[in-house]
Amino acid sequence: MTIRKSTAMIAAITMLAVGACSKKAPETLPPVPEGTGTDTGAGTGTGVIPGSQEDFLASVGLEGDRIFFDFDQYNVDSADMATLQGQAQWLQRNPAVRVTLEGHADERGTRDYNIALGERRANAAKNYLASLGVDPSRISVISYGKERPAEIGSTEEAYAKNRRAVTVVIGR
Amino acid sequence: MSLRPIGLSLALLLTTAPVFAQTAPVPPTVVPTEPRETIEGTLSNERTVIAIPSLATSSVQTVAGLRTDSLGRQIAEVIAADLERSGLYEPVGPGGVRAITRAEVQAPRFADWQARNAENVVHGFVDASGTGGLVVGCYLYDTALGSELVRKGFEIQPGDWRRAAHKCADAIYSRLSGEAPFFDSRVAYIAESGPKGNRIKRLAIMDSDGGNHRFITNGQSLAISPRFSPDYKKIVYVSYLNNRVRVFIYDIAAGSQKLVTESGNATFAPRWSPDGTQILYSMAVGGNTDIYRISANGGTPVRLTSTPGIDVGGSFSPDGRKIVFESDRSGSQQIYTMNIDGSNQQRISFGGGRAATPEWSPRGDLIAFTRMGGGEFRIGVMTPTGGSVRMLTNSWQDEAPTWSPNGRVIQFFRTTPGREGKSSLWQVDLTGVNLRRLPTPQDGSDPSWGPVLP
Repeated sequence: MTIRKSTAMIAAITMLAVGACSKKAPETLPPVPEGTGTDTGAGTGTGVIPGSQEDFLASVGLEGDRIFFDFDQYNVDSADMATLQGQAQWLQRNPAVRVTLEGHADERGTRDYNIALGERRANAAKNYLASLGVDPSRISVISYGKERPAEIGSTEEAYAKNRRAVTVVIGR
Repeated sequence: MSLRPIGLSLALLLTTAPVFAQTAPVPPTVVPTEPRETIEGTLSNERTVIAIPSLATSSVQTVAGLRTDSLGRQIAEVIAADLERSGLYEPVGPGGVRAITRAEVQAPRFADWQARNAENVVHGFVDASGTGGLVVGCYLYDTALGSELVRKGFEIQPGDWRRAAHKCADAIYSRLSGEAPFFDSRVAYIAESGPKGNRIKRLAIMDSDGGNHRFITNGQSLAISPRFSPDYKKIVYVSYLNNRVRVFIYDIAAGSQKLVTESGNATFAPRWSPDGTQILYSMAVGGNTDIYRISANGGTPVRLTSTPGIDVGGSFSPDGRKIVFESDRSGSQQIYTMNIDGSNQQRISFGGGRAATPEWSPRGDLIAFTRMGGGEFRIGVMTPTGGSVRMLTNSWQDEAPTWSPNGRVIQFFRTTPGREGKSSLWQVDLTGVNLRRLPTPQDGSDPSWGPVLP
């Protein structure tokens, strides 16, 4: 997979960077998806239904369905962009598919604020996908705040996994 | 629910206290008791000792399956637990003190209770009303002066016996402390069960002491942040029904719910106005959250905030003229006040860390909030202009304060860290000393304390 630069993307970066600044501390980030999903997706000949959640996950690779955020932040960084580009490629190959972007927060925020923060994160991911040409009407957004941690625990490692926006295929 | 106060005139007492037919004092029935709370704080040793023997009965009768003598014991237990939980009193009894006769209710043997070092003694009775109900009376006496301080009487449906007990405890508490009553009130909260990654969260209600517990929703949809309407007929809360985040008003008697407002956007963090006519909520549009106000009957919402940051939550002042809310417009979560039309927005929280979940005291004098800093959440109070900040708790994560009806006690939920971390309901008084856990059948969070019952 190659990272394509586009004017829309640069515009989006500029937009998202405003107010988010560059407070990114070193953090464990998901590897850029590699070696999957060239043209027809992983569905070909594997019994996986093209356009399904399973097909999506096979295409975007390990943790390619999600991007991660710093504490109390919602900016999309370069690693996140690579992940979302992988998602956008699959979405463009499957133009009838609709997805939900789930925004999440770690447990170190109060409940209502974390719902608002999850909304910010999911919308940041949605806006970036839209900037890559994905029709935003295909993307719905829901925030779970701190209600649905991916990693159970009260460690920095768990928190880093929980501050996320996850793309989930919901159908056609 | 019916609980009719009655005047305890001498005439009434004479008519409800006929000749004692009992051949022997009714032995106190042993009622299984469950642990009511965990005492955590350091107790002051200046607490007033109050003797509370089982309430007497004129004759043992069974009303709606309840024996009047058993109820006399149970009501005394509830009164004692209420007074103990206030942190101001040291109840003695009903266990371990002698039973009283029906005649003693109005003629206490003061010397006996003084001998138990009790400055006050509570006497009362439970009688069948003759019409399928119960008559409950309670009296507070000063043992040294040998005088009556307060008396209350109620004609109740048998199922309301706990309310009669709370009313008696309220009368005693108010008479001795000079504070407004608060025991006869209810709490809505979220009962939690299941694994932490896929928690089942149900709307539930209970008395202020954990009694009369009842689940409202079945847990199929995630439920959070409930608030009782001031008349206790409805609960506003957030449900993830159909995988959306929306504020609903649940009608308790009808068992049905309706949306507060139709919107394609997420709505959350609801609160009632003190008169129950308005609802405050937060709505996220394109990732930007602002606060809105709408009639409880629907209509057009009024947008109150418009900054690019997160403006969320909110709580009305008791006079309904101001709103305290949180915003990260300064760069981190802090607490602000504004007029109910959204004008005059002013930051009131300063100092270290973030400040969130503000709740205006029903007395109007204080705002309770959650302070986040150093990896911990603590419950604090400050004045409506942000002065006199005092932290009341010190634990890993204490969140979401809610006030007792008289503004003297705060409930909140406490979470413990780690994979096996639990959430539970707690309360603390304004001294920060009387810290107790509330009993709930499952884990609990998001408590919301309503007013004194109508």
